[in-house]
Amino acid sequence: MSELADIATRVASWAADGEEIEAFVARARETEIRAYGGEVESLTSAESSGIGVRVVTGGRQGFAYAGTLDEAALAETLTEARDNAQFAGFDEFNGVAHPDGVAPADLNFFHEELASFRTDDKVALAIELERATLAADPRIGSVESAEYVDSIFESAVATSTGIASTSRETGCYLAAYALANDKDETQTGFGFSIGREPEALDVTAASADAAMRATRMLGATKPPTARLTVVLDPWVTASLLGIVGHTLTGEAVQKGRSLFAGRLDEQVAATSLTLVDNATDPEAFTACNLDGEGLATRPTRLITEGVLDGFLHNSYSGRRDGTASTGSAIRGGFKSAPGVGALALTVTPGDRTPEELIAGIDDGLLVQGVTGLHSGVNPVSGDFSTGAEGLRIRAGETAEPVREVTIASTLQRLLHDIAAVGCDLQRLPTNAVGVTLVVSDVTMSGD
Amino acid sequence: MIDHDIIDRTLRAAMRTGGEFAEVFAEDRRSTSAVLDDGCVEELTSGRDRGVGIRVVIGETTGFAHTADLSPQGLVSAATAAAAAARGGGAGTRVVRVSPSEVARSAKVRILPTEVAKATKVGLLTVADESARASGSAITQVTARYGDGCRQTLVANSEGLLVEDNQIRTLFSVSCVATGDTGMQTGRESVGRTIGFELFDEADVADMARRAATRALTKLGARPAPSGTMPVVVGAGGGGVLFHEACGHGLEADLVAKSASVFAGRVGEQVASAGVTLIDDGTMAGEWGHYAVDDEGQHAAHNVLIRDGVLTDYMWDRLRARKQGRHSSGNGRRQSYRHLPMVRMTNTYISNGSDAPADIIAATESGVYVAQLGGGQVNTATGDFVFGMTEAYLIENGEITDPIREGNLIGNGPEVLTRIDAIGNDFCMGSPGTCGKDGQGVPVGDGTPTLRVTRMTVGGTAA
Repeated sequence: MSELADIATRVASWAADGEEIEAFVARARETEIRAYGGEVESLTSAESSGIGVRVVTGGRQGFAYAGTLDEAALAETLTEARDNAQFAGFDEFNGVAHPDGVAPADLNFFHEELASFRTDDKVALAIELERATLAADPRIGSVESAEYVDSIFESAVATSTGIASTSRETGCYLAAYALANDKDETQTGFGFSIGREPEALDVTAASADAAMRATRMLGATKPPTARLTVVLDPWVTASLLGIVGHTLTGEAVQKGRSLFAGRLDEQVAATSLTLVDNATDPEAFTACNLDGEGLATRPTRLITEGVLDGFLHNSYSGRRDGTASTGSAIRGGFKSAPGVGALALTVTPGDRTPEELIAGIDDGLLVQGVTGLHSGVNPVSGDFSTGAEGLRIRAGETAEPVREVTIASTLQRLLHDIAAVGCDLQRLPTNAVGVTLVVSDVTMSGD
Repeated sequence: MIDHDIIDRTLRAAMRTGGEFAEVFAEDRRSTSAVLDDGCVEELTSGRDRGVGIRVVIGETTGFAHTADLSPQGLVSAATAAAAAARGGGAGTRVVRVSPSEVARSAKVRILPTEVAKATKVGLLTVADESARASGSAITQVTARYGDGCRQTLVANSEGLLVEDNQIRTLFSVSCVATGDTGMQTGRESVGRTIGFELFDEADVADMARRAATRALTKLGARPAPSGTMPVVVGAGGGGVLFHEACGHGLEADLVAKSASVFAGRVGEQVASAGVTLIDDGTMAGEWGHYAVDDEGQHAAHNVLIRDGVLTDYMWDRLRARKQGRHSSGNGRRQSYRHLPMVRMTNTYISNGSDAPADIIAATESGVYVAQLGGGQVNTATGDFVFGMTEAYLIENGEITDPIREGNLIGNGPEVLTRIDAIGNDFCMGSPGTCGKDGQGVPVGDGTPTLRVTRMTVGGTAA
């Protein structure tokens, strides 16, 4: 048994009669290197670990955490969680997960190659990323940040109800943020490359992407207000799908905060949209074998050809719903109890490339970036308004760059107005897949 | 927190391989939070997180390592790791001896949250829930959150500095959902101060809950927001978010140094309308962004950034200040001991003007009045920024009329600053915020009087 599993199992075994305990133990080793001006600007190398303990007793739940795995801290954390439970309200559905007999997928997310990759080589990657971004286009004046980041993450969940699970994964990425200049004007663009091992990282692609996104915005102006068709870049689509996933949880439905409550089997989106949460898809960067409560992840159909199929559940919302967990417990680290949410949303791709989709649009906007998703999108009311920049589409081709506009609709309408899904599925470090999405009848506010 | 001999030894280890500067940042954070949702106190959470971050600077390179192992061996090993990360060549031992410590104290605290019974904290949640639900039968959901945090810090560096601080913050928020024929709407109200449980002597949670509920109920009758460019009047308080995004981030010296700010090289120039004075002030006792010393051991300060429209200075941390041969402005902050410090805002605000708020509205033929702002975001290199409106109304013929639905407003910082043509005399601070930069979140405050921007783009859907 691994050291973390041993700790989690031991804490869970301290449960008294009539008490349920869940212990989540995590350890991360991370390296972050930032290059600037051909040198290392900063190099962070660190290991951190911690434990979060959930106690349910008499239908009341308490939680406590500690940012250490010291023996003394384990018992203190449990004592604190027990004490906290005394002050919580009674809820008959409270409880930790129970083994449900579903076997976890046997996917390997831990790549030894990363663990043995030398620091000097990581530094070289970061410096090369900056150099390549600068070299990609003469208009790139500087690179605000060029970084290499990796992590080795291990965790264990054990409960007094018999769950004992462990998982470990590696991940790394390169990210470049380029500044393009032309006279007094500056435009920005980012490029990214992700993998489970450094071998998978592509400096050329990340640097070229950053340079392309920054330079194609040079000369951007603010256009007049219009209603038009928008083509969402894969990164933008991933953000949008993430918000949609948020509205499709059992918790949002049960607490009266979901747009989709009571709409099972109804047409909630265009027929071109089929949305599944599938953390067992090995291609997904956020794929995992186990959810935040230690249950096996599994595919959950959410929307099929536009029709609402179901919701995501953790053990609490599953019990309250009279069904069961869909293996969709999510954790934000050891400092909080598990919630419920999408792990790896994916869509059924369409059959056209982004270029083919754009060729069919007479008057539109290719949105390469959005801002203010947290301030202008309300997943409860459905109001959707974000800052945007990108390229106008005229007569089937991308045309002049535009900036300082917003695009607005409502989530309800956006889903129905999806005109096409691209064939260009991209794996991004987000809980949703990236893909080009065409949405008609969106308001672009400008001058 | 840590024995001074051990700090000396740790700094020596950090400097052993040629470091030019080394720093030990220790943090011990205890926090409690409680959430009531769906009519039930869901859970109480408490936690403790402590550790040390060690920074070593050699030339242009910063090496950083952190550890939760506070034993002498743990600290020395982190120091060695940080030094190795900074890739020190050469050798030469330097003796480091820190001076007697200065114990700073952020805002006086009357009632330590750790000495308040958990039942009392939970009681506040129930009061808020009942008050919100009593505000109208259309209130269908209520979430109330209580949180407190005690953050003890110690900063010691190879220049002999040794400072300790103790920051205590208390926070309360209420969010409501109202349901009507047009669907669901939300309303939120929050208060947060760098003080203890005495927060609730001044903040009435029942009243906050009513305001949150009223906000949600009002929006049930909201019209779609307009789309296009028009005059925008921002109400007192929350308007600080506008400046936080329009120019606050752009005045952070780290972004300026990388030419990633539209305000680079513009000190001494008129960058805003006359009458606009922007200040960042970490010394404002009790405010959400207040502290006695920053996370590099520098005293917080009252920094005038724009005086009567003229750009006077940027905000600085130690690293950027040292390169310019000047002092830090006390703006070096970090989320936790696991993070490197960088330039951050504290409490950012616009000082009072002389206009009566009612006159500003009356003098606006048509436009939008934003009573409460949500968060925002900026691209400092282009200056384009957005902020959300969570409570807003149309202005028609000089009067505030119908409520409008949520959305973002977008503008360009340097342009918006010069389009401010009226500043009210009703200054107040806004709601507590968490500012995110490079993945690190820190508590910040902001404030403004009522003010008007002659042209900004409202991101709605209505023609």
